[in-house]
Amino acid sequence: MSDIFPKWTNQVPVMGAIVAVVLGTTVAAGVTYYFTPKYTRVGYQPKQPVAFSHKIHADQLGLDCRYCHNGVEKSWFSNIPSGNTCMNCHNQVGKESPKLALVRDSFASGQPIPWVQIHQVPDYVYFNHSVHVNRGVSCVKCHGEVQKMDEVYHAKPLSMGFCLECHRDPGAQIRPNEFVTKLDWKGEFDGKKAAHDWKVQPGQSCSTCHR
Amino acid sequence: MAKIANASGGAEATGSRGHHAPPVLKVADAPRELERAPLVLNNRSLGWITDAVAGVCENPMPKWWWPAFILSAGTMGMMFSLLAYLVSTGTGVWGLNTSANWAWDITNFVFWIGIGHAGTLISAVLFLLRQKWRTSINRAAEAMTIFAVACAGIFPVFHTGRVWFALYPGYLIPMPNSNWIWPQFRSPLLWDVFAVSTYGTVSLLFWYVGLIPDLATLRDRAKTKLRKLGYGVFSLGWSNSNRHWSNYEKAYLILAGLSTPLVLSVHSIVSFDFAVSQVPGWHATIFPPYFVAGAIFSGFGMVLTLLIPMRSLFNLHDLITVRHVELMCKVLLATGSIVGYAYGMEFFIAWYGGSPYELWAFLRNRVADPFIFGPLFKVPTAPYWWAYWMMISCNVISPHLFWSRKLRTNVVFVWIVSIFVNIGMWFERFVIIVTSLHRDYLPSSWGYFTPSWVDVFTFVGSFGLFMTLFLLFIRFLPVIAISEVKGVTPQADPHHPLGGAKEHH
Repeated sequence: MSDIFPKWTNQVPVMGAIVAVVLGTTVAAGVTYYFTPKYTRVGYQPKQPVAFSHKIHADQLGLDCRYCHNGVEKSWFSNIPSGNTCMNCHNQVGKESPKLALVRDSFASGQPIPWVQIHQVPDYVYFNHSVHVNRGVSCVKCHGEVQKMDEVYHAKPLSMGFCLECHRDPGAQIRPNEFVTKLDWKGEFDGKKAAHDWKVQPGQSCSTCHR
Repeated sequence: MAKIANASGGAEATGSRGHHAPPVLKVADAPRELERAPLVLNNRSLGWITDAVAGVCENPMPKWWWPAFILSAGTMGMMFSLLAYLVSTGTGVWGLNTSANWAWDITNFVFWIGIGHAGTLISAVLFLLRQKWRTSINRAAEAMTIFAVACAGIFPVFHTGRVWFALYPGYLIPMPNSNWIWPQFRSPLLWDVFAVSTYGTVSLLFWYVGLIPDLATLRDRAKTKLRKLGYGVFSLGWSNSNRHWSNYEKAYLILAGLSTPLVLSVHSIVSFDFAVSQVPGWHATIFPPYFVAGAIFSGFGMVLTLLIPMRSLFNLHDLITVRHVELMCKVLLATGSIVGYAYGMEFFIAWYGGSPYELWAFLRNRVADPFIFGPLFKVPTAPYWWAYWMMISCNVISPHLFWSRKLRTNVVFVWIVSIFVNIGMWFERFVIIVTSLHRDYLPSSWGYFTPSWVDVFTFVGSFGLFMTLFLLFIRFLPVIAISEVKGVTPQADPHHPLGGAKEHH
């Protein structure tokens, strides 16, 4: 056989095994890191048409989330305010500012500002904002510390595993209803008891979200 | 028996081909207790066996090989095109729909998986039971097993439509994923994934381990550099040393031990796909043994369908003898009788069990033909009576023809019957799946399943895949286990006058 195969071929099985282990580990680690929403979604920060800063409005000025997103408690959808809402203040404040030109146009014409959507669940997922914010699930749980962001970015993975984490143990996540929009709230609260008293029974079956 | 006595007694006959026994050699008659019907006819020498088997894949293929290969590969290509069409369009291109959500896809899956069982039975069970006649058919039967498993695997994966999800996020194989979804571990469908993949892996290993000494033979006989390299790589440095043989025998025995439970477990678990559900017509405790017997029945049918032409086309009559064919017919008779018994018992239990739905599934969906049983039981004609009676006539009548020795030894007749066995076993799975599903508990959703042209040609194409692989197997690998066949010749028996070390060796 030596006339067919040179001596070094004796190393081939060992080399092959090493390559297989290294390659397998690399692929497994790569997929685990790169192929999940923790990598693909978190950090998404598109350029918005108007340089609106949540940091100034929600943190510095202390506006409640619901001043603008006023449908969130009643609707599945957390609405984006129209130009009217902005103009409540901006007909007085910075009314000549070139940064607000698009807002004034929108107010005058009635055409919405073309905001770029950041948080979006797939079409096959049914998500209802009102049921969450009325049972002590704070905005911060899914959207991150928006009040600290000059320009909003995708802070949480919003993967199915992320949803299930809370659906399997809601008591650990909920807070008193009055602090739902107080994003930096820290306090003592018996979430487990509240979940029981408020009958928080998030489903885990497929049809809870995939209707 | 007479031949052996003649050959060993008369020195002329022994040395007729002159490989190992020169005509001057005098050998005594074999003791009576060693007289068995020979497994290799015409007292062929060891060298003749090597030449005959290795010659198949060393000499140029006969003229029919290329047309056969092009036809098979074309048919296989058609199947892959149709699968691409299914993936790009949706599973709606097949004829199945509510309430018959399984139809030809799962029928084809069970059909192909069942065919594989003969290979495992021959290679593992008959090996442990020291059935020496297995040696000349086990290689081809094991190859057939692996190719059948490859065909089978296609259907359950593609009937889900979005095939890429099979791996990730893993509806087929459990994989951690950001959806936190796992397959349902309580479902037999998942057990099936494990059973079939284990089966495929062990069968492949068993086949390959058995091939190593023969691959080394081909390597040593190879004339071209390419063949030397190819067979050299896969024979893993085999040098016929005593230690190699010792390790080989141990590995082979261990793999035989591992495969033996698989003969029973794989098709038991396939039957759980049905039996564990509550569907009338599926929910039956007899299913596991009934499926295993049916699988072996169909597998031996396919072995005969393939090997009878092969032995003629490559002139292997001395190695795959009429006795081999006859023994396989006896296996068909035994397992076919079990299958027939199961058909009867299923029907009896449907009545005796007292479930009106189960009786409905059997009587009004399957059995009630328009001529005898429909009028007899005073029920309307069952929509699938033709399929049920097709199954009965192929699977219940045909094995019982083999009570006759005359028919068992007529290879042309056996070959024709083996095809009926294949047809019947496909219909068995079709009857089980479609007749039970097409009418569920809501009469408003009753329907009648009709296959689409894509259904039909995908199934035909799976035969293309099977035949392509089998033709390549004939072209490149020894179709008979050379070293094992040598082991069952009288020359290999040290107590036989022809065997043991001789001066002339």
